[in-house]
Amino acid sequence: MPKRIVIVGGGAGGTISANLLARNLYRELVRGEVVINMITNTPEHIYQPGFLYIVFDKIRPNEIIRQQKDLLDPHINLFIDPAKKIDRENNVVITESGKEYPYDYLIVATGSKTVPEEIPGLKEGGHMFYTLEDAKKLRDALREFKGGRVVITVGVPHKCPVAPLEITFMLYDYFKEKNMLDNVELFYTYPINRLHALEPVSNWAVPQFEKRGIKYEVMFNMETIDPEKKIIYSMEGTELNYDLLIAVPPHSGAKVIEESGMGDKGWVPTDKRTLHAEGYDNIYVIGDTTNLPISKAGSTAHFEADVVAERLSIELLEGKSSVEYDGKVVCFVETGFDEATYVWFNYDTPPNPTPPSRMLHWMKLGYNRLYWLSARGIL
Amino acid sequence: MENVKIDKTIDARGSACPGPMMEAIRAIKAAPVGTVIEVLSADKGSTNDIPAWVKKVGHELVGIEERDGYWSIVVKKVK
Repeated sequence: MPKRIVIVGGGAGGTISANLLARNLYRELVRGEVVINMITNTPEHIYQPGFLYIVFDKIRPNEIIRQQKDLLDPHINLFIDPAKKIDRENNVVITESGKEYPYDYLIVATGSKTVPEEIPGLKEGGHMFYTLEDAKKLRDALREFKGGRVVITVGVPHKCPVAPLEITFMLYDYFKEKNMLDNVELFYTYPINRLHALEPVSNWAVPQFEKRGIKYEVMFNMETIDPEKKIIYSMEGTELNYDLLIAVPPHSGAKVIEESGMGDKGWVPTDKRTLHAEGYDNIYVIGDTTNLPISKAGSTAHFEADVVAERLSIELLEGKSSVEYDGKVVCFVETGFDEATYVWFNYDTPPNPTPPSRMLHWMKLGYNRLYWLSARGIL
Repeated sequence: MENVKIDKTIDARGSACPGPMMEAIRAIKAAPVGTVIEVLSADKGSTNDIPAWVKKVGHELVGIEERDGYWSIVVKKVK
């Protein structure tokens, strides 16, 4: 009987971990001693950081989409069949088609989704850029926009924590290129008491905002939107008028997680070092799906996938593994159309952003292409 | 704070991003009214930041306690 690994989710974390496992366990896969089954919702794999560039016509949609089957090592079995229930007591995943996928080891990488419906009026009154469809709609709205107040506002929790700052700086450069700065007021809001969760990034951003004349309000959590009057009402009791609203919507985890009783709002309680689902040594959790208080970002999923693939390979081949996740996250931060900065941090090391440069921006543009190597487990 | 019954604890120690305050907002948003939430933070700044937000929004700060290299900040969702 082969050892069966089931991976639920074909995003960055699921795909990288699957390909790394296939490489580490190549002989065992060929001999039929190990089987890797991936269960995912869609045949397409989308590079989500590309949405930011779609908004400004800097990337075409076909550049950020690949077929999932083309990204996976041929020894991995791919099933496009959304998971409906994860039965942890009987070690089996049941899909919407009714099929059952028993496992010895499970990797849960079901990710997160936007839930704009949690903010009444947001879907009707605001634009977003966290799905391809929303990014295209925002792109079209920007093309039509004649001027006024553009408000950038941020829901909690959300993924890609640097995106709100990135889009603000890119909007500034966009309106500058269009000679519209005299007709546009950029207004940025943020849920906590500074411009960004990372204090050094926030400290850097304040003079950048002032230099560009970008206004801001902190401790602002959108509660409801009035699409008719074009007003955002905050939990803190303030209100803000807008002509164009660009919101980072709140996120939740996948439905299958809640329906399987694995975690509130779809976030799975996870050990911060081993990445085991709490109470289950044969279940690993990676990426946005964990309840860990760290960035929900492709970078996090990538580094966690490295750890899980290594741990699981060693467990299968040699017994117990001592490889652990140290909380590592690396993020490029676009600071406009021409420059970017970069931060890395982990559980013990705070971030220290480098000065923005053209070189870092080019590296980010390069990584937008190199991602396909990361997904294949090569980079 | 010894007699306070805590319903949910958020261990945000080691969280640079999104950080303890964002984790506190996330937990308070998701909880029913009346829930008592404890946030553990290794960042002393949280002892000012979280109470300031709680006061602004109108929830209740139950207390702050310094422990071995970190702080426990307890908040009650009241509306």
